[in-house]
Amino acid sequence: MRVAKLNMVQAINLALHEEMERDPDVIVMGEDVGVDGGVFRVTEGLLNKFGSERVIDTPLAESGIVGTAIGMAVYGLKPVAEIQFEGFSYMTIDQLAAHASRIRNRSRGTYHCPMVIRSPYGGGVRALEHHSEAVATFYIHIPGMKVVIPSSPYDAKGLLISAIRDPDPVFFFEPKRLYRAFREEVPEGEYTVPLGEGKKLTEGDDVTLISWGAMARVCLEALKLVKDVSVELIDLCTLSPLDDKIITESVRKTGRAVIVHEEPRTLGLGAEIIARINEKAFLYLEAPVKRVTGYDVPVPLPKLEDYYLPDAERVADAIKEVATF
Amino acid sequence: MPRKKILELSVDWLSILDPEGNVDESLEPDLDKGTLEKIYRTMVLTRLFDDKALKLQRQGRMYTFGASLGQEATTVGSAFALNPDDWFFPAFREQGAQIARGIPIKLLYIYWMGSEDAYIGMPLRNFTIAIPVSTQILHAVGAAWAAKIKKEKIASIVYFGDGATSEGDFHEGMNFAGVFKTPTVFICQNNQYAISLPRERQTASKTLAQKALAYGFEGIQVDGNDALAVYSATKAALEKARSGGGPTLIECFTYRLGAHTTSDDPTKYRQMVEVEEWKKKDPIKRFQLYLAKKGIWSQDYEDKLIKELTAEIEKAVEEAEAYKPGVENIFKYVYAEMPSNLKEQMDELLAYISKKTEG
Repeated sequence: MRVAKLNMVQAINLALHEEMERDPDVIVMGEDVGVDGGVFRVTEGLLNKFGSERVIDTPLAESGIVGTAIGMAVYGLKPVAEIQFEGFSYMTIDQLAAHASRIRNRSRGTYHCPMVIRSPYGGGVRALEHHSEAVATFYIHIPGMKVVIPSSPYDAKGLLISAIRDPDPVFFFEPKRLYRAFREEVPEGEYTVPLGEGKKLTEGDDVTLISWGAMARVCLEALKLVKDVSVELIDLCTLSPLDDKIITESVRKTGRAVIVHEEPRTLGLGAEIIARINEKAFLYLEAPVKRVTGYDVPVPLPKLEDYYLPDAERVADAIKEVATF
Repeated sequence: MPRKKILELSVDWLSILDPEGNVDESLEPDLDKGTLEKIYRTMVLTRLFDDKALKLQRQGRMYTFGASLGQEATTVGSAFALNPDDWFFPAFREQGAQIARGIPIKLLYIYWMGSEDAYIGMPLRNFTIAIPVSTQILHAVGAAWAAKIKKEKIASIVYFGDGATSEGDFHEGMNFAGVFKTPTVFICQNNQYAISLPRERQTASKTLAQKALAYGFEGIQVDGNDALAVYSATKAALEKARSGGGPTLIECFTYRLGAHTTSDDPTKYRQMVEVEEWKKKDPIKRFQLYLAKKGIWSQDYEDKLIKELTAEIEKAVEEAEAYKPGVENIFKYVYAEMPSNLKEQMDELLAYISKKTEG
């Protein structure tokens, strides 16, 4: 198998090429995904290779894109729909919460909805309003939806392939500040990274550090600032369904945990993780679990954006606080 | 007869000033010299504002920005038809209308340099920039509806692009406006592209103006590079709206000469030859020719104007760059009264910042 050094945009692009090649039912649709190759160039080259019936420049209508993708999925296609920016995904909630997520249950398995919605998310790129938000919480809260966020090019490819092959609707969020942040070795050809499983980015005994997406990279930076603490960094990869096992086992071992997310604090996934730790590892805890998160405010425009986003120092402070409690 | 035609609808095209600056005198609006000069001044200022913004963005002194190059007649011409107490709802490419509405350009630069504080002290009834396409259309309908309920002779105007006509919010807004006969003027800036998607791929309709007919009110297509046509159509629509005649959709047929935003590369989806053709229809040039024919414009006039406006822009940029928003503004405006969790989070951040600065 050939291996190339790719950034995340290239890795996702490769996954789309390979899955479209493998399965003629896979189609890509969205605003500017064809001729333009996507505003981040994630879908570059697909139109030339697969034609305008499978790589579809749609009218500008997010609810329209996702709603028609549902009909396609029910019929037997596997649509991969792009929502250009996360701040425009709110218009898809109606179709996802009212339909995509519950078609299997409502029809008692007669119909199902194998589709992927891809969207960039998150801050750190000095963008306009609605272009810097972390919105996964909304979709995690919808029963029947799966939510996936990669933190590296390798995982992005493997997770997207799994998402496309999954029989249920998956919201696949791409951390846009990592799109071109670094390259790593990504094999050509088929491999998958399973949905529903977190992975350890580092092994450690003192503190469990839990994150995903762009913040997983911030956590890696933070580790350089706390060299005297042995940290086990878990990248959740899939936010729904949550990998209880990896969290529970780690916290039972370390007795201490910090959760880092870019989403606002209230009802962010950190709250649910703490609840599960309480249910499954409470008696192992040596310190209260701490959260480092975005604040409960709209993401500020660029001039004050950095104050909103958790950074390595904030994470390091939290690790030290929990480690020395 | 079992089958007969029960409805025939039509859409007008309005053009008053041609690209050579020749005016159709039967349609020419009655504008005094001072107003004509102000319209020209505002269009030129808008173009200089955009040019400066693009330069600042390239130098890393400003962030993503959508210029309105080529669309100045649409934004400025329409906004000049408004009364100060009418409500104005922009999308994000209406700097021409914002300047015409008297918003200091310093505030516009503060916004595009990345601060919500631009709205502190902004003249009222000029609503916030709406980034999510078409969402503001409903707000304008609601505001106009409120004016109607309160029996005030006030209209609202809302701006959006050709792409917005595909969104549900556009159709819901148009339908509400038709049903409740709200005093709303819909300005569709049809600049032929929604990022990469050409207008003919956006809708199978021949015009965008005709969409109004389905909702039971008038739609008109005007030459969007002709400030006089845009002004006249908007003026008439506003007067109709204020006097109880209901809404109007004005499709301003224009062209985005530049990129969608500073993040966009239009060479991916359109030919330069097309851009060159539209440059010949430049809205500012034709107004200049019109003013020259009226004996108002001359090269000296132009030189003096450019000098004056350039100085105005330099001053605004200097002030905008000097502006430093306070960190507490992230928390201060979320609710009328700050809840305890936000107070805690603000204190946490301020403590972190002071620790960092001391350290």
